[in-house]
Amino acid sequence: MVSENLVKNVVSEPYKYGFVTDIETEKISKGLSEDTIRLISAKKEEPEYLLKFRLNAFKKWQKMKEPNWADIGYKDIDYQDIIYYSAPKQKEKISSLDEVDPKLLETFDKLGIPLTEQKKLTNVAVDAVFDSVSIATTFRKELAEYGVIFCSISEAVKDHSHLIEKYLGSVVPANDNYFAALNSAVFSDGSFVYIPKGVKCPMDLSSYFRINSGDSGQFERTLIIAEESSSVSYLEGCTAPMFDTNTLHAAVVELIALDDAAIKYSTVQNWYAGDEEGIGGIFNFVTKRGKCLGKRSKISWSQVETGSAITWKYPSCLLLGEESVGEFYSVALTNNLQQADTGTKMIHIGPKTKSTIVSKGISAGNSVNSYRGLVKMGSKAVGSRNYSQCDSMLIGDQAAANTFPYIQSQQPNSEIEHEASTCRISEDQLFYLQSRGIEFEEAVSMMVSGFCRDVFNQLPMEFAAEADKLLSLKLEGSVG
Amino acid sequence: MQSKKKELNPILEVNNLFASTEDLPILKGVTISVHPGEIHAIMGRNGCGKSTLSKIIAGHPSYTITKGEIKFSGQDIQSLEPEKRAQSGIFLGFQYPIEIPGVSNLEFLRVATNARRKFLKKEELDTFDFEDLVKEKLDLVKMDSAFLSRSINQGFSGGEKKRNEILQMALLEPKIAILDETDSGLDIDALRIVASGIKKISNHETGIILITHYQRLLDEIKPDYVHVMADGQIIKTGESDLALELEKHGYEWTDNFSKQYR
Repeated sequence: MVSENLVKNVVSEPYKYGFVTDIETEKISKGLSEDTIRLISAKKEEPEYLLKFRLNAFKKWQKMKEPNWADIGYKDIDYQDIIYYSAPKQKEKISSLDEVDPKLLETFDKLGIPLTEQKKLTNVAVDAVFDSVSIATTFRKELAEYGVIFCSISEAVKDHSHLIEKYLGSVVPANDNYFAALNSAVFSDGSFVYIPKGVKCPMDLSSYFRINSGDSGQFERTLIIAEESSSVSYLEGCTAPMFDTNTLHAAVVELIALDDAAIKYSTVQNWYAGDEEGIGGIFNFVTKRGKCLGKRSKISWSQVETGSAITWKYPSCLLLGEESVGEFYSVALTNNLQQADTGTKMIHIGPKTKSTIVSKGISAGNSVNSYRGLVKMGSKAVGSRNYSQCDSMLIGDQAAANTFPYIQSQQPNSEIEHEASTCRISEDQLFYLQSRGIEFEEAVSMMVSGFCRDVFNQLPMEFAAEADKLLSLKLEGSVG
Repeated sequence: MQSKKKELNPILEVNNLFASTEDLPILKGVTISVHPGEIHAIMGRNGCGKSTLSKIIAGHPSYTITKGEIKFSGQDIQSLEPEKRAQSGIFLGFQYPIEIPGVSNLEFLRVATNARRKFLKKEELDTFDFEDLVKEKLDLVKMDSAFLSRSINQGFSGGEKKRNEILQMALLEPKIAILDETDSGLDIDALRIVASGIKKISNHETGIILITHYQRLLDEIKPDYVHVMADGQIIKTGESDLALELEKHGYEWTDNFSKQYR
């Protein structure tokens, strides 16, 4: 996804993506009310059912309380001080990618995601989301030949309304949690993927999320449907400029896998993390959930979380179909004053379902990094199995790591296995590598990569290389 | 005792070295000088400071030099980071090689070798060329290439770990190698393999310090000098027959020397 050169550039600068694109935007005024929601819905010319979905979510959100159980602390978010819709001004109708505002194309170019016909990445289709709207989606025609739909969710609402009506909110209901309810009320755009029966998606699909304005929140929504015996690998990347204020990002991702379908969802999250004093950075409150609806269906989450001031996310699997499989592979790295409370939920409902959790948390600086995960065996989950492995690595003596595993079983004929470990990079290990001529920083990053190996092996190749470099970059100056 | 070698400048000179860890003095005035092509053995009881001396020469951060100096190729190395010392040709074979989970042995060896090559202004090796080189060196220590794909020292037997150390020495081609109890924990066959590896690697330009308790390694590699250490000092220096005497009388025999010294 990102070329070698770009990766090298990344390593030489602390946060390369901190620039702001100077572009004329259409913003609505700050604040959130029923009118705001009607305005967003009207701007997007949405059908009645969707407006109802939003208003219903808003009503529920108003009655809900912001969750406080996570091991994170932050100043109260003023929800009336956020802009809920911000879109770059563009020509009304765009017939080809080359008509997109050059400033936007340039922005994505700079991020290593060229979009135009001549320069676009050849092995992956990209949906580029800028603040509240999707700017462009590459390879649509080629994908359409296979019957694969890959477009922004706004377009899907217009062109594939029956699928949206059927599946939107079917995995993460509007009232699921505080941030999901907020997203359901105000979501502006995101990606939509539909893989028809029997189709193995011919290329990786990818969404690139870019927050540009400092005062607007990003509330995107992703919906992926894999029909019977289909498969898809989906990648997600995120960056944002450096602002000294906090920006709220509350996304919802829903995945649906039918009989024998497989969805692999990989994230490299590199939102701006704030500075060394903890000023600025993205508040990343995300609800990601997949439903293994069909028999032998499989959903696999892999994530590398390195950015954001706060990360609060638990990509989960509802294992309904018999013999369905859920996987969660995670590397979460925190440095300076970052806080991460992340993990997964594996809800075994159907019989003979299987789940694997591999979580690697690395905390450096004064950061706090918690794994929080639930494994639940329902009463019908006969012969189901879970294996969890949660490892933490501490760098320096000011960082904290926690593991909160929750286990609930209503089915005696099922197995849950949990392993956890905490390690510190020891002086002796460092000295050993150094005594062989390996520079200190390189020695640390070798050990961190080694620690994350099990997870990196699960990532698509280009992502794995990027993730590896990203980690060493994030750790620069954090040791010693 | 004076050999021709002495006409050359020493590779390593340790002069009246005092060092401590957490305010506890360990070395109390060690002096030793190693010339190209020489093999020195340092013997002594556990806790006499042998391992500490080797770690200090390699630059371990836990120890503080309170007096004296260490010169490598005529340069004082006290302020050099351990990686810089290694790059310039100081090698420490660990008594207890460290396990590093997840880091591939092959990648580790390649990065280390290239760091040394870069210092020597030699071309750095890509993965393919490096594999050719490492396979050639594996023969020296009779190691199987399966070791390369494993994590550094993880799950290696004692003997395998020590052979991995000698493999590293072979790749890094140091100017001075300090081998800290490389013979401990080895059966007789492994000992012969390791000893013959060391002999093949060393040449008239390399200096070697063997830290050992036992004569059996010195039967395989005949030292030019034997030093006996006690309580942070070298209390006696002789030629290879000194080791045989020690073997015969045990360390109690050396207690008299220390008393004489004090």
